[in-house]
Amino acid sequence: MSDETHLTAHHDLAPGEEEQHSVGERILGYVVGLGLALLLTATSFFIAGTDLVWQPSIPVALIVLAIAQMGVHLVFFLHITTGPDNTNNVLALAFGLLIVFLVVGGTVWIMSHLNANMPPMDQIMRMQ
Amino acid sequence: MAMTATADHVHADPHHIGRVIEHPGPAPKRIVTAYGFWIFLLSDIVMFSCFFAAYAVLSGQTAGGPRGSEIFEQRNVAIETVCLLLSSFTCGMASIAADVRNRFWFYLGMAVTCVLGLIFLAIEFREFADLVARGYGPSRSAFLTAFFSLVGCHGLHVSAGILWLLTMMAQVFAKGFRADILRRMMCFALFWHALDIIWVAVFSVVYLLGSAP
Repeated sequence: MSDETHLTAHHDLAPGEEEQHSVGERILGYVVGLGLALLLTATSFFIAGTDLVWQPSIPVALIVLAIAQMGVHLVFFLHITTGPDNTNNVLALAFGLLIVFLVVGGTVWIMSHLNANMPPMDQIMRMQ
Repeated sequence: MAMTATADHVHADPHHIGRVIEHPGPAPKRIVTAYGFWIFLLSDIVMFSCFFAAYAVLSGQTAGGPRGSEIFEQRNVAIETVCLLLSSFTCGMASIAADVRNRFWFYLGMAVTCVLGLIFLAIEFREFADLVARGYGPSRSAFLTAFFSLVGCHGLHVSAGILWLLTMMAQVFAKGFRADILRRMMCFALFWHALDIIWVAVFSVVYLLGSAP
């Protein structure tokens, strides 16, 4: 009996919605999120303009920092968690990310191959 | 004794895979609405990914025109980014105020969000107008076409978000914190935070990666 009441009282959470927290805890969540986001942004802008690190590592560092900051936004502002009440939201997000990576990664991959296999423009003109 | 056994069982199977649950009925309207809006936001992000793919392919095709490192001003981009991050925070404060039905903090949070969004749009508009005045409009090269369509599409979303924000304030003013108004407010907060996520990708990929020599 107690088992059933426990299960029927259990609801999914809407995206963007938090579990029952006090107002102070919710504000603290946003403050932590803002602090982390500002820290990551400042690091990105610093890395982009510095001579202190090995230059070829900068693009990779910028992409990693951007992905980390998107994660911070998802967790602290959009409240997407790994909890069982968030399964639907996470699955939708995972499908969206799959499409995003297919579109961006596939385009960059195919177009760079086409670019590499294409003769320079003056050769094409001479062939005609 | 029976209680602890039940609790253990629930923890061992948090997704209720191993049993059939008697559902109490359809999900509450608040969850259905927000979930539908979440699906829309994800499809919007997929649309943005097409603009990002186009920018990634075309960013080197300058046709003798300016390269990214010659036209981007990092100081402006940093100010824009701080504006959007702070507006996301104040939008969160406004949605907490709406949940506890506090009108003063709701109006204050939404007003600050609106002002920060307008500062962002003003800086972006000035940047675009300056580029066009120097002859570097979207028709100059494929790189500039991709740049204007990607950043401009985000700017259009922010403009639409500000209009939505103003109508949310008017609806709360006229109708109070009714359940349907609170659902719309939750969707607006999701929209605003999602715009911030897209801006993170824009400033990293377009402005910071693009200004590398």
